[in-house]
Amino acid sequence: MPKQLLKGNVAFAEAAVRAGCEAYFGYPITPQTEALEHMSKRMVELDRTFVQAESEVAAINMVYGAASAGVRVMTSSSSPGISLMQEGFSYIVGSEVPVVIVDVMRGGPGLGNIQASQSDYNQITKSAGHGDYHPLVLAPSTVQELIDLTTLAFDLADKYRTLVIVAADGSLGQMMEPAELPPMRDLREERPSWALTGAKDREPNLISSIYLGADNLEMFNRKLQGKLALIEKAEVRYEEQFTEEAEIVIVAFGTAARVAQTAVKHLREEGLPVGLFRPITLWPFPEKALFELSQKTKALFVVEMNAGQMLHDVRMVVGIDKPVKFLGRMGGAIPFPDEIERETRTLFEQIMTAEME
Amino acid sequence: MTLTLTEQQEDVNIVEKLVYQRPLSLADVHTHYCPGCTHGTAHRLVAEVLDELGVREDTILVASVGCSVFSYNYFNVDACEAAHGRAPAMATGIKRVNPDKVVFTYQGDGDLASIGAAEILHAAARGEKITVIFINNAIYGMTGGQMAPTTLPGQVTTSSPFGRSTSLTGYPMHMAELLAGLPGTVYSVRRSLHDARHVIQAKKAIRLAFEAQINELGFSIVELLSSCPTNWGMKPLEALNWVKEEMVPAYPLGDYKVADELKALSKRKKKS
Ligand SMILES: Cc1ncc(C[n+]2csc(CCOP(=O)(O)OP(=O)(O)O)c2C)c(N)n1
Ligand SMILES: [Mg+2]
Repeated sequence: MPKQLLKGNVAFAEAAVRAGCEAYFGYPITPQTEALEHMSKRMVELDRTFVQAESEVAAINMVYGAASAGVRVMTSSSSPGISLMQEGFSYIVGSEVPVVIVDVMRGGPGLGNIQASQSDYNQITKSAGHGDYHPLVLAPSTVQELIDLTTLAFDLADKYRTLVIVAADGSLGQMMEPAELPPMRDLREERPSWALTGAKDREPNLISSIYLGADNLEMFNRKLQGKLALIEKAEVRYEEQFTEEAEIVIVAFGTAARVAQTAVKHLREEGLPVGLFRPITLWPFPEKALFELSQKTKALFVVEMNAGQMLHDVRMVVGIDKPVKFLGRMGGAIPFPDEIERETRTLFEQIMTAEME
Repeated sequence: MTLTLTEQQEDVNIVEKLVYQRPLSLADVHTHYCPGCTHGTAHRLVAEVLDELGVREDTILVASVGCSVFSYNYFNVDACEAAHGRAPAMATGIKRVNPDKVVFTYQGDGDLASIGAAEILHAAARGEKITVIFINNAIYGMTGGQMAPTTLPGQVTTSSPFGRSTSLTGYPMHMAELLAGLPGTVYSVRRSLHDARHVIQAKKAIRLAFEAQINELGFSIVELLSSCPTNWGMKPLEALNWVKEEMVPAYPLGDYKVADELKALSKRKKKS
């Protein structure tokens, strides 16, 4: 397939279609709505399922139903809608059905605005519904990566029978970039053995998140934690740029990482030893790689489009002795490269002064 | 000659005609329902209908949150457990990707008329081809007898200790009538489970509701007035009598919507 100029929201929706998504349920919300609109056309053309739900609460429960019936299914939304879906997330993980979500994050709290933001970091990596679990969270920084990670999300959801969230933002959703779509995959021929398809010539299947008694529920939770531990081992993804012999490493994901990348290039041109560490999985967080890298650098510089949410994970990894600087833009603001460059230079000066003293 | 027990049974089976047995669609287990509760009656009626229509192996139950939360243990069919109020949305997801299966929800009045009001209304509005068995016992049974949207004016519950005040809490919701008003609904009726005659009528309605789905006509719902002796603080018989004396007048039994296609269908059946 040649590259085409694609809008992020359309790109991930089409990627889902090609990954074999058989059902989409959603509710309009800016800056994600083009995805729903694309699905309303494509899914119907392909004789697959599209329903515009009455709310995000209904949408996620429709998704839960279709997933229980054993088809590849997804929804997409933006922050206020993701808040409403949290109930469903918890049931989906609690009954171990595979589901893909795309969150095109916007500024909050409340109705906030429709600009790009990363302020759902905590709500999707840590507190996505009640109970002890994390969804698997993938954070693209280009439209191409949005396509690739959406495709991967379906495979990971199936592999682990769990919830996978693609954490995009309003900027990625709205921007147009040249990107390549993967070829169309065949739809699954047979439903999984656990799916609700009618108890013909077999015992009835049950999809439920109920475990009566503390013993049973603790046992299920142990199993769930075991699965999460497997994911932590096998699915960590990140990217490093210019990190060799870097004295300062900028840590950023998604759109913030994209801006940071430009800043790093400029700073390198100036001769400053700066690198970029970009987590691609926000959960599992690339702890080990970041720790090892931090051992080789003098300071870290976390850049986010929120008040410092991933910052906590970074601090946890590197410990309190390592200097960690933070730059956060909020409410839909995106940092500029020169802002990051200026702050990085200041950090260098501080380190040099400290070393001389 | 003495016969062993099984030989005796076989012998009996030969001479006697089998007139009553557990429907295949019911699991061979005891339920947890309180004595005198009509959830069990409703289960049995649904199971008999699934057997008679020959659809057990094609049926998917969406259980809800309320006293019937474990209904998936009692029906011998594929099943799932929805979040409180969300059964119609979950059923939508299942039915849309399994259009040839029979999908039904089994919901209480708190579940359907309160927390799940949006989901039931829109499932009906979309004309989802699902069947809803709606157990109206005028109370939140499972959580210990709080006021429901269906609680009668003046009715004492654990959260309306002075009797339901209409000035403070409004009026009972008539879901069968409300849902009948939507074009997507092809069948919306209210029946009662307070005596044998009404139980038989309820079964006929349940059958028609499933037939509406099997014939892909649209959304069907049967509201069943039910007893909750435990939370009403009554003996089982008193409770059945309370359904008859208090609930039936407040919730008139009747057919609020029987779409023409469905009428035609049941007429054709009667003739043949
Ligand atoms: C989100 C949520 N809120 C509240 C509850 C607690 N809860 C469980 S059952 C129930 C009421 C059910 O009443 P009804 O639907 O009338 O069923 P019944 O028990 O009377 O058959 C409530 C409030 C819950 N499980 N989930
Ligand atoms: Mg009730």
